[in-house]
Amino acid sequence: MNSEKKPLLAPGHTACAGCGQAIAARLVVDAAGPNTIIANSTGCLEVFTTKYPESAWEIPWIHSLFENSAAVASGIEAALRYLGKKETINVIAQGGDGGSADIGLQAISGMLERGQDILYVCYDNEAYMNTGVQRSGLTPFNSNTSTSPAGSVSYGNIRPKKPMPEIALAHGIPYVATATVAFVPDLQRKVKKALSIRGPKYIQVHVPCPLGWRHGPELTLEIAKAAVETGLYPIIEYENGSLIGVRKITPRPVEDYLKSQGRFRHLFKNPEEIKKIQDIANNNIQKYGLAAANQPSQ
Amino acid sequence: MREFLEGSLAVARIIKACKPGVISAYPITPQTHMVEELANFVANGELNSQFVNVESEHSAASVVLGSVAAGVRSYTATSSQGLFYMAEVIFNIAGMRLPLVLTCANRAISAPISIWNDHQDSISLRDSGWIQFYTENLQETVDFHLISYRLSEDKHIMLPVMVCMDGYTLTHGIETIDMPDEAKVDSFLPPYKPLYKLDVDNPLSFGPLADPDYYMETRYAIHQTHKDVLEIMPKLTSEFSRVFGRHYNGLIEEYHTKDAERVIVAMGSVCGTVKEVIDELRAKGKKVGLLKIIAYRPFPAEAIYEALKNIPKVAVLDRSLSLGSYAPVASEVKAAFFGKKKRPEVISSFVVGIGGRDITKDSIKEVLRLVNGREKSNEFIDLKPELLKEEYE
Amino acid sequence: MFGPLIAKPGSSRKNKTGSWRIESRPKFLKKDCIACRMCVVICPEGCISGKEKNTFDCDLAFCKGCGNCAYICPKKDIEMVSEEPEAATKNKKE
Repeated sequence: MNSEKKPLLAPGHTACAGCGQAIAARLVVDAAGPNTIIANSTGCLEVFTTKYPESAWEIPWIHSLFENSAAVASGIEAALRYLGKKETINVIAQGGDGGSADIGLQAISGMLERGQDILYVCYDNEAYMNTGVQRSGLTPFNSNTSTSPAGSVSYGNIRPKKPMPEIALAHGIPYVATATVAFVPDLQRKVKKALSIRGPKYIQVHVPCPLGWRHGPELTLEIAKAAVETGLYPIIEYENGSLIGVRKITPRPVEDYLKSQGRFRHLFKNPEEIKKIQDIANNNIQKYGLAAANQPSQ
Repeated sequence: MREFLEGSLAVARIIKACKPGVISAYPITPQTHMVEELANFVANGELNSQFVNVESEHSAASVVLGSVAAGVRSYTATSSQGLFYMAEVIFNIAGMRLPLVLTCANRAISAPISIWNDHQDSISLRDSGWIQFYTENLQETVDFHLISYRLSEDKHIMLPVMVCMDGYTLTHGIETIDMPDEAKVDSFLPPYKPLYKLDVDNPLSFGPLADPDYYMETRYAIHQTHKDVLEIMPKLTSEFSRVFGRHYNGLIEEYHTKDAERVIVAMGSVCGTVKEVIDELRAKGKKVGLLKIIAYRPFPAEAIYEALKNIPKVAVLDRSLSLGSYAPVASEVKAAFFGKKKRPEVISSFVVGIGGRDITKDSIKEVLRLVNGREKSNEFIDLKPELLKEEYE
Repeated sequence: MFGPLIAKPGSSRKNKTGSWRIESRPKFLKKDCIACRMCVVICPEGCISGKEKNTFDCDLAFCKGCGNCAYICPKKDIEMVSEEPEAATKNKKE
C-alpha cells in the first residue's frame, strides 16, 4: 500500500461527505502510482476533483467528454507507444456507471476489442448522481431513483443491473474484476495486478453514494460491505477468461443491505418485492459460488 | 516532383510527409481512400505511425484528442454524418486548444441520405472554434494540409484546422500535382513541440470545469486567436512560397476582380468552373471576376470588403443552407459591408450544387445573368420545380 | 493567453473543505490505536495521517465530518464528537 506517500488525489476536492467514489478513486490512483495518466469521463468524479482553478490530481489527468474516456485513453496509449514510453507509464480510463455502462459502452467496447494496454475503471454508484440520481443501466432492481420512481403502481427500477463485467469478459480481454471500497487491500491488489498485465483490463468498483442512496455519510463502508455479504455485489476476478477468485461470504439476508438506504425504503411495505431481490442475491451466490464452506445460501 | 494522382492519395502522401505519430479514422464515403492509403503506408513500414482503428467517428476524434494531448502530432479525416457524429468532440478539441489537422471530404447531410458533395457538413460546424479552409483543386488541397499543420501548432495559435475538400470532385478527381519534397516539408514543418501535454514529470489537469467566473474568457481567447490567424496567414503563405515556389494569399484569392463589373464569390472546387466561365466571357470583353474565399474561419471580412467595395454587382454562391434564413456565406459577405462607406449596388445570393447537383458552366452563366437585376436572396440555381409537385395523398 | 484551461496538480489544497462540517468531527482518542492505517486509507478526503500507534489525527481544515474513520476503526479509538462552535468558526475563516 502506498499510504506513506503523499496521496495522488489531494484533499480539498468537493465530493459530498462520505463519498464512496472519492475513497475508491484515491485508492485506485495511489495503487497505480505517479507514473500514470488518467482519462476521466464527465461525472461527479470529474466535477468534484477539477473545478477550475483547482485540481485534486497529482498525476497527469484529462477530461474530455461524458462517453469518450476509453477512446481518449486509447489516443494517449497510442501516443505513448509512438514515443516509446508505454512500458513505463500506466494509462487508466475511468468513469461512473452511466459513463461506462450506458453512454460510454461503445467506446469501451472499441478499446477492449483493440487490445490496447489500458485499465478501465468503472466507479459504480448505480445511478446518474451528478445530474440528480437518474436511473442508469447499472441501477439495481427496484431502486427508487428520480427517473425510476417508486409510486402507486411502481416499485422503482424495473430491470436488474446490466452485466458489465460479463460484457467486458466477452471481449476476450486478459483481466476483469469487481471490487468495492469496503475491501481496500483487495481493490488495490486488483488495480496493481491489472496494471501488471499487458492489454485491456476492466475493473468495476462498487461505491456507495450517500446522497443518491439516501444513507448517512458514516455508513458508506458499512453499506458497501453489506452489498457484498448479502450476495448482491459479487466480488469476482477473471484472468484470461477464467474465474480465478471470488470473495467468499456467509450470506446475510438482503434486508441487511436494503434497510439503511432510502432508495429501497418503499420495499419494506412489500415483502414480496424484497423476496425478488433475495432471489437475485441467491442467484449470484449460486452462479459464482460465493457461499463459504458449510454455509447454505439463503 | 510532378505526379498524376487521385486527390485522396495526394492527401495521404502529404499527410505521410507531415509524419503524424497517431492516425485514427472511421470509414465514410468519400473519405475512405485517403485513410486506406495511410493504413497502407503504416502497414508497409513507410510511415512510422500508430494507426488506431475505431468503432465510430466519435472515438476517432477522441483518440486524436488524446494523442495530441499526450504531445504527438495526429491526423483524422471524415465526412458528412461522420463529422456530425464527431461534433461534440470537434468543439471539445478546439475548446481545449489542441492542434490537429482534419480532412473533411465535403458531403451532403441526411435526410435524404446522399453521398454526394455540398458544404453542409463543415459549414454546420463553423462555430466550433476550428480554422476552416476550403480548397479549389488538388495542388491547393495538398499545400493547405501542410500549411495547416504549421498554423495549428504555432504556439500563438494552438487551434485545430479543418481542410475542407469537395467530396468526389476533389477526393476522387485526378490531377497533376507537384508533391512537396519531403526534405522541404521537414524544413517548413519542424517536429511538434507541444506547449503543454500530459506528462508524468509535470502532471497538469486538462479539461477542468469552468464555472461562470471562468468560462467566457476561454471563448473570447479563441475568438481573438482567429483574428491572429488573419494576421499570420499572409506571413505563413509567404514563407511557404519561398520554400515551395507557389504563392497563396491564404485567406482569399482574387481572379480578374480589379476592373470587374460583376464578381462571383465562391468557395471550393466550383471556383475552377467559375474561372473557366470568366476566361470565356473575358475573351468576349465581359468584365467579370471571381473572389474565392479560402479561409471561411476565421472569416476574412476586411479582405473581402477591400476586394469587393468598388464592384457594382456581386453574386455569392452557397453550397449549403441555413434553412429558414439567409445562406451562410452570403449572409457573412453581406455583413462585411454593414456600416461601411462603400458597398456593391447588388449582393445577390445563389444556392448551387446542393447534394451533388452538377454545377455546370451554364449554371454559372445563369448566375451572372441573374446578378444584373435587383438583389436576390437564396436564389436556387438548377432547381427542378416539377419534383416539388409530388403528392402524398 | 488561452484562458483558464489547465489546472495545477494538487491545487485543490487551497480549498478548505473543513468549513463544510456541521454536526460532528472525529476525535482521535490515541489510546488503543494499533496503527492499522485503515482510517488513513478510507478517508474520502485523504486528510488523515500518522506514523506510530496513537499518533494518528485528521486535518480539520479538510475533514467534512463523514464519520467513516470512526466506523472503520477496529479498536473504536476514534469517536465522532459534537462540532465545537469555536472550531467551526475558526475553519470558516481559513
